[in-house]
Amino acid sequence: MIQAPDLPIWAAIVVGLLLLAGSTITLIGTFGLLRLKTFYERVHAPTLGTTLGAGLILAASILCFTVLYSRPVIHEILIGIVVTLTTPVTLMLLARAAIYRDRTEGTSPVPPDALTKDRDQ
Amino acid sequence: MKRLLPFPLLALALLVMWILLTGFSPGHVLLGGVVAVLISRTMLSLRPDAAGYRPGLAVIRLAGMVCADILRSNIAVARIVLFRRTDRKSGFLHLPTGLRNPHALAVLAVIITATPGTLWVQHDARRHVILIHVLDLVDEEEWIRLIKDRYERLLMEIFE
Repeated sequence: MIQAPDLPIWAAIVVGLLLLAGSTITLIGTFGLLRLKTFYERVHAPTLGTTLGAGLILAASILCFTVLYSRPVIHEILIGIVVTLTTPVTLMLLARAAIYRDRTEGTSPVPPDALTKDRDQ
Repeated sequence: MKRLLPFPLLALALLVMWILLTGFSPGHVLLGGVVAVLISRTMLSLRPDAAGYRPGLAVIRLAGMVCADILRSNIAVARIVLFRRTDRKSGFLHLPTGLRNPHALAVLAVIITATPGTLWVQHDARRHVILIHVLDLVDEEEWIRLIKDRYERLLMEIFE
């Protein structure tokens, strides 16, 4: 078993910086959940963690294990692909649920649904 | 060949994924190959429409553009979260689209939603209008032009 102390100093510094940058971006995203005011604004904030945040952390992982094992370790790319493909599905479902609720309640200013508008006429 | 491998790209992607996860050895290539062929065949029961996908330079250009835009939007949204600007307003945007191919629309939906600051809310398939929520909506026309020029043109090149 290869341990983290075997990592050369240059790699340790780069891996550390990448991890720190990735987690900072993710933290800013979660912070946005608190700070932004409406539901539709808040939905934008966590995308920071799923794009650049996840990307930097995965890059740190790739570099760390590639150097430790002295061969390319790149299966982290799969995590990136799966996260990129699945996050929009969740976000869209949330947005659709929210806009359906707002249209039914009619309290917040959201654009009306073109289909129901036609039916009403 | 067509009967054994109805979705060659999918089978190849599954094989590559298997090798990435398990490591490269003749046994795993063989096992991964069998798994890739069998699993890609299950797509037959879903009967997807042919994607009509044209591989080429446009795919690479689109991928590069999306990566650059995601990076830029990350910084823009982080700035909005950290430094509250009083003049910022968010809002909905109606994007009239020329895309008809469902696969191209799906890719555009993933691009728009994966980019921080824009969110795909609804697609009206009858009027061909996409409803998008934008976190920093300065100029509606400029956003429409941006999405049309940057993504829509390339997606049409790839899919239609």
